[in-house]
Amino acid sequence: MLKFVSLLLALSFCQGLQHNNIDDYVEAEPVFEASKYGSLWPLPQKVQISEVSFKLTSSTAVFISCFYIYLFKSLHIIYICDPSDLSELQVWITSPDSECDGYPSVTSDESYELTVNQPVAVLKAPKVWGALHGRIYSIYFLSIINDFPRFQHRGILLDSSRHFLPIKVILANLETMAMNKFNVFHWHIVDDQSFPYLSRTFPQLSEQGAYHPYTHVYTPADVKMVIEFARLRGIRVIPEFDTPGHTQSWGKGQKDLLTPCYSGSKPSGSFGPVNPILNTTYDFMAQFFTEISTVFPDGYVHLGGDEVDFTCWKSNPDIQKFMEQQHFGDDYRKLESFYIQKLLDIVTSTKKGYLIWQEVFDNGVKLKPDTVVHVWIGGGSDKEMSSVTAAGYTTILSAPWYLDYISYGQDWQKYYKVEPLNFEGTDEQKKLVIGGEACLWGEYVDATNLTPRLWPRASAVAERLWSAKDVTDIGDAFNRLSLHRCRMVERGIPAEPLFSSYCPHEYKGV
Amino acid sequence: YTYTYIFYNLVFFIFLQLGLHSVEGVWPLPQSITSSPERYPLNPQAFYFTYGSQSAAQEGCSVLDEAFKRYFSLIFPDYSSGRFYSEVKFLKCKNEVRFKVLLNLNVVVVHTGLETFSQLVYQEDFGSYYVNKTEIKDFPRFQFRGILLDTSRHYLPVQAILKTLDAMAFSKFNVFHWHIVDDPSFPYQSRTFPDLSAKGAFHPMTHIYTQSDVGRVISFARMRGIRVLPEFDSPGHTQSWGKGQSDLLTPCYSGSSPSGTFGPVNPILPSTYKFMATLFKEVSSVFPDSYIHLGGDEVNFSCWKSNPDVRAFMLKMGFGADFTKLEAYYMENIVNITVALNRTSIVWQDVFDYHERIPKDTVLHIWKGLPASYAAELSAITKAGYRVLLAAPWYINHISYGQDWRNYYTVQPLNFSGTEEQKKLVIGGEVCMWGEYVDATNLTPRLWPRASAAAERLWSDEKQTSDVDKAFPRLQDFRCELLRRGIQAEPLFVGHCKHEYQGV
Repeated sequence: MLKFVSLLLALSFCQGLQHNNIDDYVEAEPVFEASKYGSLWPLPQKVQISEVSFKLTSSTAVFISCFYIYLFKSLHIIYICDPSDLSELQVWITSPDSECDGYPSVTSDESYELTVNQPVAVLKAPKVWGALHGRIYSIYFLSIINDFPRFQHRGILLDSSRHFLPIKVILANLETMAMNKFNVFHWHIVDDQSFPYLSRTFPQLSEQGAYHPYTHVYTPADVKMVIEFARLRGIRVIPEFDTPGHTQSWGKGQKDLLTPCYSGSKPSGSFGPVNPILNTTYDFMAQFFTEISTVFPDGYVHLGGDEVDFTCWKSNPDIQKFMEQQHFGDDYRKLESFYIQKLLDIVTSTKKGYLIWQEVFDNGVKLKPDTVVHVWIGGGSDKEMSSVTAAGYTTILSAPWYLDYISYGQDWQKYYKVEPLNFEGTDEQKKLVIGGEACLWGEYVDATNLTPRLWPRASAVAERLWSAKDVTDIGDAFNRLSLHRCRMVERGIPAEPLFSSYCPHEYKGV
Repeated sequence: YTYTYIFYNLVFFIFLQLGLHSVEGVWPLPQSITSSPERYPLNPQAFYFTYGSQSAAQEGCSVLDEAFKRYFSLIFPDYSSGRFYSEVKFLKCKNEVRFKVLLNLNVVVVHTGLETFSQLVYQEDFGSYYVNKTEIKDFPRFQFRGILLDTSRHYLPVQAILKTLDAMAFSKFNVFHWHIVDDPSFPYQSRTFPDLSAKGAFHPMTHIYTQSDVGRVISFARMRGIRVLPEFDSPGHTQSWGKGQSDLLTPCYSGSSPSGTFGPVNPILPSTYKFMATLFKEVSSVFPDSYIHLGGDEVNFSCWKSNPDVRAFMLKMGFGADFTKLEAYYMENIVNITVALNRTSIVWQDVFDYHERIPKDTVLHIWKGLPASYAAELSAITKAGYRVLLAAPWYINHISYGQDWRNYYTVQPLNFSGTEEQKKLVIGGEVCMWGEYVDATNLTPRLWPRASAAAERLWSDEKQTSDVDKAFPRLQDFRCELLRRGIQAEPLFVGHCKHEYQGV
C-alpha cells in the first residue's frame, strides 16, 4: 500500500486541501519555494526525510497514560495525495519516571525520537516533555527524527501591567508557544502602572492597585488555570515581581512600602522605589514572597531589580541619614545592593532560586551561585555576556529580542540572525548561557494586537534557541516559516504575514 | 449612483435636564460644539429617531432607516443585546428626546450627524444613558477622506473589508479606495475575463471577490455613507494580469531572445487597448462611483527597453529614448477610455511628474516623500490647475515603535506655497494601508486608532485641533469606544478600557 509521491512540493501544498488536483497546484505559483524540510519549525537537530508518505486516518491512536485527552485533541488530521494508511502512533516513555504529574523545570529532558514507518509510527522520549515536542512533529511526514533543544531556557515575556491581558489571550499564546517549542512563560505580572495580581495575603494590593479591582485582576483560580494549562504543554511559569523600582502600583494598596519623595524639606506627595530602610518593608516582602512560593510551583522566581531611579531616595532625609549610618557615602548603588541582598535572602528561605535583570549584577550585589542573570540592555550586550559568564553566573539573553520594538519590513530576519554565543569567552563560560527570552513589553500592546505582534516574529527566536547553531540559511527559514505561519493561522492564531503571499485557509476571526 | 459631496450645515438641538459631563469623547472634533453641564436621561424603551415633517427624506429612505437601526444598537448596547434595563432608575421625561433631521441636508450628512450623536450619548456607572444639552454645527474640512486597502499583496476576506467599513464610518471616513489587484495576485473575478482571477488569484476559488462579494461591499459602504473607489493600476503593478491574459504584458528580452519574464502592460499593441476598454467598461458598470483610480505609478522601463518591438515603436512615434513618453502615450489612452465611459480619473502623481497630457478634471494622488517634497508637489500640481489628494504623510503601513499617531495628527495639508485658489484644489487625503505585511490577522489593530488621527486632520478645523497633547485623552477615549463597538483598535499607550477586547 505504499505509493511514492514524486514531489515533496505537492505534499506541502496538499495540506488541508482535499478536493483539488495536484495539477492545479503546480499552476498556482507560490511566492516561496518548498524547503526540503517541508514546514518543520523549529528545525530538529537531526532529521531524515524519505519520499515515502503516509496518510493519517481519523482512527490513528496515541497511547499515553496522562496527557491522553490533551494529545488526542491536538492531533490534527492532514490529508495528502497518497492513500496509504498509517493507523497508529505509539508513544513510549523510556525512563522509569515519566514526570507525568510533575512540573517542567530548567533541567527537564526534552529530547525525543520519532520514527515514522508503516504501519506504526513510534515516538520515544525519556520524559513526557519530549513526547509533547515529538507529538507536534508526528503530523509531518518524516522518517526519523532525533531531536533535543540546543538551549534549555526558551522563554516569552508578557507584560500584564502596562495593559491588562485577559486570560484568554494568555492561554492562546501559551498554546502558540507550545507549537513553537517555547518552554518558559515569563509573566511580568505587575509593574508601575497596575497591580492585577490578587494576593491572598494582601488583597488590597490589587484592590487599590489594579486598573479595576474586579475586571482587571488575576484571581488565584486564574493563576492556577494558567499554570496548569502551561504545564500540560511543557511550559514553566516564572512570575516576575520586580522591585525596588517599577513599583508605583504597589504603593496604592500598601502604605509605607514606597519611599516618600521630598521637595526640599517637605514630602512632595509623590513616591519612589520601595523604601529600603524600614523593617516593615522586609516583613511585607517575607510574607508576600512566602505566598508567591506556594502559588507558583516553578523552582525560580524573577525578582527584577532593573532601572532603579535614585532621585527619590536621595531627596528623602531619613534615607540620607541611613546612608550615613551605613557608611555608604554617596553611592546609592550600595543602598540598592543592601535592599536586594535582603530580598534575595528572603526568597532563598522560601526555597526558590531567582533570576534578576543585569543591573543587579552590574551594581555588584552579592548573588547566590545559581542566580540566573537576565541580560537585556542593548548595545554592548556581548560584553555583558562575557562579564556575567566570566563571573560564573548562568545567564539568559533578551537584549536582541525585544519584540515590542516594531519596525517596517521583515524584522524576523534580524531576530533569526542573532547568535547567542557570539561573545568572548571560554567554552566553560558559553555553557553558562542556558537560553534566552523574546520580550513583548506592554506599553503599546494589549489583547487587540498582542498575538499578531508576537507571532511569527517570536518563531524566529524559537528556532534560534532550539535548533543547531549552523541552522542559519535565511532563505530556507523563510520557506519553512511561511508554512509554519499558515499552520498557526489554521489553528485560529492570528500570526501576521511575513510578506506578500497567502495561506490556503486565511484567518477567520476579524 | 454617485455621491458628489457638498458643504453643509448640520444643526441639531437636544432638549434635556440636569447633569454633569464633558463631551470630550467626540472624534473627529466638530467644527463648532458647545455643550452645557445640563444633561438629560435617555430611556432606551422610549427613545426614537424620527424624520422631521419638513424633511425631504422620510421613512423608506433606505440609508437612514438602516442607520437608525444600527445607531440605536450602538447607542444602547445593553438594550440591543436583549436585556431590559429594569433596575435602572430614570427620571420621567416630559420632553422626549428626539433627533431632528432638518431641511437642506443630504443623506450622507445626516449619517455623519448620527455618528456624532452616538458619540455624545454616554452611560453613567449605574447604567443610565445620558446626553448633554449640546449645539453642534459641523461639516468636514475636506470632502474626500479615504482609506486605501490592498487586497492583492494579501487577500482580505470580505468580512475584514466590511469590518473596516464599519470602523471608517465611526471616524467619518467617506471613501474606500479599493486597491484590488496588483503584481502578486488578481482576486477580482471579472465577468468578461474570468481567466484573470482563475489564473491570477492566489487561489481561484477561495481567494477571489465574486461579483456578489463586490456588490455586497458596495452596498455595505453605501449604507455608511462611504464611496467605493476601485483602482486597477497599470501599466506597472500588473504581473498577475498576465497569467490570465497572455499577450497583455510586455515580454522582456535577454539580448535578442525573450527571457521568459514579463514587464508592464504592452503599450504598443492594439489588443492591449481593446482589452482595457472592455475591462473598464465592466468596471464602470460594477462600481457606481463616478471616479476610477487608474494607478500609473512606479513603471519600470527596463523591460520595455529590452524589447525590440517596443524600441521600434518608440522610434516610429518619435519618442527617441524617452520612455516617459511611452508611458504617457499609454496612460493618455487609458484616461481617454475612462472619459468615454463618463468617469473621472484619479492617478498617482507619477503621471503628472512625467508630464502626461490628462484632462483638467483628473485628480492627482500624491504619495511620495517627506513634507518638503510633498509640499513642493502640492504647489506644482495645484499651480497647474489640477485637483489633488494627499496620501504621502499617511502611509500608516509604515509602522514604528511608539506613539506614531502623533505624526499623522500633526500633518498640515495646506502648508505649501500657493494661492487661495490653489489651496481649494486640495480636495482631501487618504490613509494608505499597503498589504505587503498586512492581512486579516493584523489589519484592524494596525489601522485603528492610528487612522483616526488622520480622520480628525481631514475633518476638523486645523486651528482647533493643533494641540496633539489635548487630542491624546480624547483619542484614548475614542479608542475605548471603538473597542466597545467591536473594533479591535490597538492601544495608544499604557492604560485600560472598561471593556477590554476579549478575543485573541
